[in-house]
Amino acid sequence: MAIDVRVPTVLRTHTDGEKKVSADGATLHEAIRDLGRRYPGLAERLLDADGSLHRYVNVYVNDEDVRFLGGAQTPLEDGDEVSILPAVAGG
Amino acid sequence: MLAPDISLAIGNTPLVGLPGVAPDGYEIYLKLEGQNPTGSVKDRVAQYLVDDAERRGLLRAGSRILEPTSGNTGISLAAICAPRGYKLTCVMPENTSEERRTLLSAYGVDIVYSPATEGSNGAVRVAREMAEGDPDVHMPFQYGNPANPRAHYETTGPEIIRDLPDVAAVVAGLGTGGTLTGLGRRLKEHDPSTRVFAAEPEYGDLVYGLRNLDEGFVPPVLDSSVLDGRVKVDSMKALVATRELVSSAGVFAGLSTGAAVHVARRVCTPRRLPRGSKVVVVSPDGGWKYLSTGAYDPGDPETVARHLEDTLWA
Repeated sequence: MAIDVRVPTVLRTHTDGEKKVSADGATLHEAIRDLGRRYPGLAERLLDADGSLHRYVNVYVNDEDVRFLGGAQTPLEDGDEVSILPAVAGG
Repeated sequence: MLAPDISLAIGNTPLVGLPGVAPDGYEIYLKLEGQNPTGSVKDRVAQYLVDDAERRGLLRAGSRILEPTSGNTGISLAAICAPRGYKLTCVMPENTSEERRTLLSAYGVDIVYSPATEGSNGAVRVAREMAEGDPDVHMPFQYGNPANPRAHYETTGPEIIRDLPDVAAVVAGLGTGGTLTGLGRRLKEHDPSTRVFAAEPEYGDLVYGLRNLDEGFVPPVLDSSVLDGRVKVDSMKALVATRELVSSAGVFAGLSTGAAVHVARRVCTPRRLPRGSKVVVVSPDGGWKYLSTGAYDPGDPETVARHLEDTLWA
């Protein structure tokens, strides 16, 4: 199963500068763990010790914020796109 | 409509249907906040911020207000401050649209620029540093001031309920979170089954820069518990929807409006809203302040979107 993951500039030190990487997993949590095996240090930037997402990290599956889906346990399907973005305010 | 001064001409904006834009079986209405005196929803917020500061005795003749803004709030504050004799300094990221800078200059506002790579978060940082060392300025701080969501709880929300009592969902852009929080609270009090969706702008790498994920700024006024979903919208999708609003609905709106309409169409599906649902989209401003971005030129959308993604268009 191939999940596209878009990596923000600040995390590209972990992915050899790659903007987009591929991951495998039936849930967001599994996909992040999978990335962590190939890109050391990446999973820790996103997940707390208990496996939930860090409070200030915005993760989206197909443009939807996963906090309103299933959090780290959001199910993924082949071809889904995961994006990670820092928070930006406006006004 | 007679108004003794400009602050009394704020609100009571039209709610217009978009029959050609809504998916089959759904109705989408646009709350045209661009009809406010300075052309944006921020007139409501600026009035509440200044009135609240006056009530609490924080302002006197000749006082200076200092506020971080990506533009619209600054323009609205300028219009409120001018007749009341307050001076205004705005801290604004350097990558905001040319029109916003021009308008602020016309109002005689002192502009301090913060680095493009730090986005609005940088403007907040710089404004806080400036306010800290200066007891003579008052910073309303729209990102943390309850008067911001209260403006929408007390004015925008009741107007929508008055015009469309059976509204099923509302979509608004996520900037400070004030619109979503105030509207969401009011509409859910009116009918707890009302759904509230946030349209969040997604920019290019330049805007996000090297910002750390764990330093992300979450505006204190945003009450995420009123949200039922949060959808990010990139510059391309916002641009396409904005252009379509002009060509098929006759509505000349800014890019945040396009982004919010994009989200409204996305949630008009039986999985999320029953068929027949009426959805209100808050249009924060018209297209005037974005003409220089090329968004309304006949140019190829991909080229325009690539240029846009480095500009704070929301």
